Amino acid sequence: MADKPEKFIDENGIRSDGRRANEIRDVKIEVGVLSRADGSCYLEFGKNKVMAAVYGPREVHPRHQQKSNRAIVRYKYNMASFSVEDRKRPGPDRRSIEVSKVSREALEDQIFTEYFPKSAIDVFVEVLQADAGTRTAALNAASVALADAGIPMRSLVSACAVGKVDDTLVLDLNKDEDNYGQADMPIAMTPDGKITLLQMDGHLTQEEFKQGLEMAQEGCRQVYEMQRKALMDHYSKKTEVLSTEVTAAEDVKGDAPEEPEDVTQVEVLEDTEDTKKIDDTNETGDTKETEGTKETGDTEETEDTVKAGDVEELEDSGEEVPDTGENADETDGQMDESEEEISNE
Amino acid sequence: MNKEIVSIIQKDQLYNLMLKGERADGRAFDETREIKIETGVIEKAEGSASVEIGDTKIIAGVKISPGTPFPDTPDVGVIITSLELIPLASPEFESGPPREKAVELARVTDRGIRESGAIDLKKLCIIEGEKVWMIFIDIHVLDDGGNIMDAAALGSIAALLTATIPAERYGLGEDAPLPMRDIPVSVTAVDIGGGILFDPSLQEERVANTKLTVIPNQEGAIVGMQKSGNGSLSPDQINHIVEVACKKAQDIREKFLEI
Repeated sequence: MADKPEKFIDENGIRSDGRRANEIRDVKIEVGVLSRADGSCYLEFGKNKVMAAVYGPREVHPRHQQKSNRAIVRYKYNMASFSVEDRKRPGPDRRSIEVSKVSREALEDQIFTEYFPKSAIDVFVEVLQADAGTRTAALNAASVALADAGIPMRSLVSACAVGKVDDTLVLDLNKDEDNYGQADMPIAMTPDGKITLLQMDGHLTQEEFKQGLEMAQEGCRQVYEMQRKALMDHYSKKTEVLSTEVTAAEDVKGDAPEEPEDVTQVEVLEDTEDTKKIDDTNETGDTKETEGTKETGDTEETEDTVKAGDVEELEDSGEEVPDTGENADETDGQMDESEEEISNE
Repeated sequence: MNKEIVSIIQKDQLYNLMLKGERADGRAFDETREIKIETGVIEKAEGSASVEIGDTKIIAGVKISPGTPFPDTPDVGVIITSLELIPLASPEFESGPPREKAVELARVTDRGIRESGAIDLKKLCIIEGEKVWMIFIDIHVLDDGGNIMDAAALGSIAALLTATIPAERYGLGEDAPLPMRDIPVSVTAVDIGGGILFDPSLQEERVANTKLTVIPNQEGAIVGMQKSGNGSLSPDQINHIVEVACKKAQDIREKFLEI
């Protein structure tokens, strides 16, 4: 462990890692990175690397935990033994039990649990590398993974810590600032300003607390834009792929009049019910393929990566920010439909 | 199932009372229940206190013995706080290793004592890197009448303030009082339908979605905070709780505790 630095902030107001007091670290968010999970997210927050996966809504085991009127939410925060300087003994300790509890409570109210009685929504977050601020990084990833899983939510949850070093409030503490700083206060917030997680240790006067709360809220807003952008990028790319496929198919149709047999075939097929089915399968099949390449391919990485700088762009555009709730509602509608289908059968 | 139905009725009742500016037990929103603190209740312990807040009863005991310091902090004493929600205290508590609720209560109690620097841990070093005094704070909840959090924090600081280092027993010089330099006091409030109620009773705690604990130190600065429960709070509500909590903590400190 590095020794306590003499000064955390130099005379120009620059911190040891080159940031200003109100700057957060670089953030990278990748959506849908795991194949088995219903939703997943890989997130880097500075040197923190976390992976979140969401399973569910699914059956509750053990059975007695199930609630007749809503889904239960379970959140497991786990640190890999190699994530810290001195090897961490694997398994839950008191700290991770507490972190899991408050994180679950930060998300639970934003999920429409009442839509899925008797089921469980499981969130697993693995901290692969820890560098101060793992619970906020984990929560940010979990929130994106929930959205990726199509879990209907009132909104995303974004988290960020504020702290105090050299008697100055700073946003998003780094490792040294966390270890030797005077205070650390992680908060999580919804885009409409409801605080869903708040913890604090250290020493803050009432005035500092008020200021810190405001700073942290600003940090959360920035994180929110990045989460939203990552999700939008991920899903708009999927739609783009779909629509390119369709245009390509149409082009082929137009460019190939020399083969009239094919054309007639298409025309004939178009009138029947079967065609639609065939088309549908083709489409989904194709998308899956492209999805697969996207996940493994490195070409997309840069685009999926959201840097802190991108946020300003978004903010400047003054674009109306629709709640993820809308998307979630749509997904929910689909889910309801499929459920009905099943029950009808 | 039964409990859930009752709690909806209770929820309505408490909510309607809140709208009228009242609470079920007739207290004002920022009024604490009667607090009783008795120290030195367990002679075998190096420090102890029993605390009652309304129906809530806890006993905190402090044991002190020499031990090996952590490698990264070779010259300071060690604090270990644990809290058990034993089945004796409530039909809802089960035996077995501490669950998340107990772990959270213990960790927040610990946070207040540790972060306020209440104990001068540097003075607890016997031989650097080899031997330091280890302070074990154990909190036993005897009756859950709501707001175990504040009772636990109050009990542990009261027990620490009366604790003696048993140096003679270990042949390490003369017994001395524990070097204390701050008194953190925990103040908890819940949100019921937008109304902020301090020192929640069991009923209020059950009905509320969100709880915020604020731990101010002697000089009125905040040394620890914890939001608990799955609801959310607005920044205004939080600022209100912090403001009242700092005043309340000072009152409680003046009335019951001194170094």
